[in-house]
Amino acid sequence: MESLQGNWRNSRVRTSTPSWRRFKDRIAFSLGFLCVTLAMIPLASILFEVVRNGATALSVQFLTGTPALVTLPTGNAALAGGIAVSIEGTLVLMGLTAVIAVPIGLLAGVYLAEFGDNRFGRSIRFLNDVLSEFPSIVIGILVYSILVVGLRVGFSAFAGGVALSIIMLPIVTRTTEESIKLVPRSVRDAAMALGIRKWRATISVVLSTARSGVVTGALLSIARISGESAPLLLTIGTSSYFFSGLNQQVDALPVRIFLLSSENYVSGAQQQGWGAALILIVLVLCLNLAVRIATRGKYGAVRSRI
Amino acid sequence: MDKELKAENTKPILISRPVEPLKIQTDKLNAWFGNNHVLKDVSLRIKENHVTAIIGPSGCGKSTLIRCMNRMHELVPQAKVSGAVLLDDANVYAKGVDPVSVRRKIGMVFQKPNPFPTMSVYDNVAAGLKLNGERDHARLDRAVKRSLDLAFLWEEVKHELDKSGSSLSGGQQQRLCIARALAVEPEVLLMDEPCSALDPIATAKIEELITNLKDQYTVVIVTHNMQQAARVSDYTAFLYLGQLIEYGETTNLFENPTEELTERYLTGKFG
Repeated sequence: MESLQGNWRNSRVRTSTPSWRRFKDRIAFSLGFLCVTLAMIPLASILFEVVRNGATALSVQFLTGTPALVTLPTGNAALAGGIAVSIEGTLVLMGLTAVIAVPIGLLAGVYLAEFGDNRFGRSIRFLNDVLSEFPSIVIGILVYSILVVGLRVGFSAFAGGVALSIIMLPIVTRTTEESIKLVPRSVRDAAMALGIRKWRATISVVLSTARSGVVTGALLSIARISGESAPLLLTIGTSSYFFSGLNQQVDALPVRIFLLSSENYVSGAQQQGWGAALILIVLVLCLNLAVRIATRGKYGAVRSRI
Repeated sequence: MDKELKAENTKPILISRPVEPLKIQTDKLNAWFGNNHVLKDVSLRIKENHVTAIIGPSGCGKSTLIRCMNRMHELVPQAKVSGAVLLDDANVYAKGVDPVSVRRKIGMVFQKPNPFPTMSVYDNVAAGLKLNGERDHARLDRAVKRSLDLAFLWEEVKHELDKSGSSLSGGQQQRLCIARALAVEPEVLLMDEPCSALDPIATAKIEELITNLKDQYTVVIVTHNMQQAARVSDYTAFLYLGQLIEYGETTNLFENPTEELTERYLTGKFG
């Protein structure tokens, strides 16, 4: 009996010494570290390339000017001017999209969270999830065939805003619903027990409690659509002039990046493309920072007024 | 001056009345959660300007009973009610009665302090009035001060009205919730185990203010703490498995319970 136990102990000691365990621990740690590094390589190299190539394009002229072609002494065409038109176009499209999609998505999310616990609600939720996975080019084709051609709206800021709204809507709906569902029952109960109507309690108490989640969802979805290019290719056209109306063609950074970088014959075009890419990344970064700031102070930062 | 006169006039009348007026009566009240029958034919008469305690073991339907009184029960999916609850002789379950107006007359304080997390102390107290359309700042200020005073909280928070409601201590939060319920000037205040999440000192404060409230309000308090029922209430109802076993003056019920079940519960034989 004793010898058996001794044997058993010995065998355990041989297979799992402290140093062997420490070695395994190091292997696991190194593997994890390696994978993190691998995952960071694309991000870091994109940022590095964009900043390296894009920074040289940056100038006041680039940020404020309109696109202009100049003829070089050699007789070749070169691109001068700037991308202010595209920056403005992207901002207009972001604003327009938010104006269309945020109110609809917000109310849809509230509806799903408060009244969506039935067959209808479940179907809507399912369709909403399907919509959020839709390839954006398909949405572009849809808006192109219905709005641009079908209803003869033509290439315009409005058509682009509608296409982007369709992409944004399911994201806002979903994040709103999820954040409202996180509001504890006790808060709803308290509001109802005060003799407040349900819609008022939902808007002023529940939605206000879920505010930081809702704002995060909206801002992140704006960041998401700000980089969309496929649906815009089919809806907004192009423009070298500043915004002049919702029914007019506009320019947007993603589309401009596409056009500039596929331009091989005009010198300076590719460099401007990198510059435009840098601006777009900075824009998205700013939106993400805004999310951080908006959600930082749960109470202190933004004081609620009913 | 006017008030004093009124008080003098009404006093003798109150004394000469043989029976104190009833504020809430439940008549054969039954309640269900789905198929779970949680209240069985409860008929209870709650006297005006008194504190009534509802005691009983966990799951006996105490909370459901008071949630039926201000029609909060029906907010739970699959909840059903039958029978009547009379508030001043008017059935709150009668056809055409708006549950929202019932809840304005019968306020409620919950087990866990639940101030609105994104609102300041001031806004928490003013919420009931503001969200029902009150815009007059002077009137709101007065209501907030009055309610916080009644909840024994004014002195502690008068310089911090802009602070978040959830930054207060647990006991203060619960008193804030009481102030919030009082601000809409209900006639009845229902309290669902208001001290179960609080320490003894905070509990003592709330018990003191409950005693203070009965001059102006009718208070119904659910508690699983028998000592608390004995300390704060004038009348006590004992509920067991959804049935009203015994109801009477607190001192009577605690000293000479008529039902054997009550006696066994009070002496700690079960529950």
